Amino acid sequence: MRAGFRQNTQMNTPVDVLIIGAGASGAAVAWSLADTRMRILCLEQGDWVSSSEFPSNGRDWEARQFGDFHMNPNRRANPADYPINEDDSPIKVANFNGVGGGTILYAGHFPRMHPSDFRVRTLDGVADDWPVDYATLEPYFAVNDRMMGISSLAGDPAYPPKPAVMPPLPLGKSGTRWARALNSLGWHWWPSDSAMATQDYEGRAKCVNLGHCIGGCAQGAKASTDITYWPQAIRARVELRTGCRVREITTNEQGMASGVIYYDRDGVEQFQAAEVVILACNGIGTPRILLNSASSRFPNGLANSSGLVGRNLMFHPYASIQGVFDEPVDGYRGPHICIWSQQFYETDRARGFVRGYTYQFGRGRGPVLTAMSGMAAGRIPWGEGHHAAYRKLFNRTAGMLAICEDLPEAHNTVTLDPVLKDSNGIPAPKIDYTLSENSRLMLTHAVARGTEILRAAGAQDVIVESPLAAAGWHLLGTARMGADPRRSVVNEWGRSHDVKNLFIVDGSIFVTSGGVNPTATIQALALYVADNIKQRLANLFD
Amino acid sequence: MSDATLNSADPALSADERRSLRALAGLMIPASADYGVPGADDETIFTDIVDSLGRDADPVRRALRCVNALSGRAFADLNANEQQVVARQFRDENPPLAAVLAEVTVRCYYRDDRVMRSLGMEPRPPFPKGFEVEPGDWALLDPVRARSKIYRDVP
Repeated sequence: MRAGFRQNTQMNTPVDVLIIGAGASGAAVAWSLADTRMRILCLEQGDWVSSSEFPSNGRDWEARQFGDFHMNPNRRANPADYPINEDDSPIKVANFNGVGGGTILYAGHFPRMHPSDFRVRTLDGVADDWPVDYATLEPYFAVNDRMMGISSLAGDPAYPPKPAVMPPLPLGKSGTRWARALNSLGWHWWPSDSAMATQDYEGRAKCVNLGHCIGGCAQGAKASTDITYWPQAIRARVELRTGCRVREITTNEQGMASGVIYYDRDGVEQFQAAEVVILACNGIGTPRILLNSASSRFPNGLANSSGLVGRNLMFHPYASIQGVFDEPVDGYRGPHICIWSQQFYETDRARGFVRGYTYQFGRGRGPVLTAMSGMAAGRIPWGEGHHAAYRKLFNRTAGMLAICEDLPEAHNTVTLDPVLKDSNGIPAPKIDYTLSENSRLMLTHAVARGTEILRAAGAQDVIVESPLAAAGWHLLGTARMGADPRRSVVNEWGRSHDVKNLFIVDGSIFVTSGGVNPTATIQALALYVADNIKQRLANLFD
Repeated sequence: MSDATLNSADPALSADERRSLRALAGLMIPASADYGVPGADDETIFTDIVDSLGRDADPVRRALRCVNALSGRAFADLNANEQQVVARQFRDENPPLAAVLAEVTVRCYYRDDRVMRSLGMEPRPPFPKGFEVEPGDWALLDPVRARSKIYRDVP
């Protein structure tokens, strides 16, 4: 019995491939590797979530967004969640632990990163170029769009040509208002690529505009991986074991990964041996496990000879810019997703910052969120004036979020908290993050231009929150990829430089963040890494 | 699984805490004949609030202790003018706790049948019926289509 095991640790039948995490990337890599006929097992700390459990089934659909379906794991605090010390970050983490991972609660924005996003150093002299490019990933983007069932409209001048799988979501009252305003300014807009099925698609029912996508889609129209990749992967004999929280990756005398130690749902310690280990826990969960896997051979954490595990954490700083109108908007009706503008996406140094951002235009808010945000902003008083002020905002408030590119900075980190632990006693992650000056300038620009758009759309009043504190949806960069082992954690096809049977396929391998939601790129990368594994099986560990 | 059933802390409030919270709820959102709506201290709504405190039970208790301390006695026993003064002081001095009281109140108030109807909403959950959204006119994209590409080529 090697050090690290307890005497009563349960042993399991070894597998060929062990995937940790059943979210966006874990599902994609499992599905792709299934055709190798290897024995593949995925361990997921959460459970399956039935569509009948999602909030939009009940009258408390908005309230549960602040309870058991809250985006923040510290607030949600469900049994599957682990705590995160985020006291030293102005942006708070959003995630979900369960089959489907973050895709259960994401809005379903599905933009790809752009060709320029992979060549940031070459084009703009900042950060680093990626070791892969858009052209290399393009076929994987296309496969992923079909697997996830993406609704979009071909012809967006902000992107190289890409096909549409399904028609776009409806414009609605709100989208029509935004479109006219942007046309009056001569600025770009396009219907957003979205993960909502606008037609019945591969067992998913089409979107009926429930308006509460971020609480999980009761209709099953939103492409979360529990209803896209996983059913196909399981039919192809991949095993998915839920309620299993991995403590650490173990290594053998040769310095190769030998498996993992995990706790099952009863808290029993288990050992699972594997020939290949793949991490798919995203930008906080992955460095947490690597750092918790420190040993005498790897004293600074596994795969961390570069010292970069947990460094270069990138969120996307967001600004919320909302307008109040005299006429009704869509409000609580329809998906959060509507149209986007990438007028300010590519670098223009005259703006005073490098890189850029995307505007994501929304449709409005439900009755509870209107009250909460209006009272928090001081626009709805206590007392006699409450009802009149509320009715000025309800169904008349809508706007946009600006999602800004976050450049990598080594001082933005995920480390292990010296005190905080999860329910299994595993050290919890700690986040240290500060906004860069470039990000602040970008946010300021986005608020100013966004206000122009709202005024052009007829807004009588503008309400701004920047940076948006609750917007840590995207967890990137903490185990980045690169050709140089001194400056990266995994190589150009996702294999650890230090441990040759250890792979990472999630958002932690991002070199830069782009100014778009990352799920499409995360999944394309996972499929690309899986293809590389399949093509190199004969000499995978050389 | 409702929010109320998830609470790790005991959601029950003492009788005095309930009286104070109810008085605060009614002060925050009073009934309105003009809009045809009850106040947040309405029996049905207030019961829903108390039953749904969930994760906020502890901060609500802290808020009520704070309010009662400012009152010098039970907040509910103050007269209307005194309640206004204390509530104002409480909100000025304790914005985070005041925000919690507002949140637990509006999360239930704005799902009440009578309130939803007054807003022109059907009192029902979104699923399964969903909502209608206008398809819109994609000809609005014509000026955008007329532009050349705006993404950068890479070497």
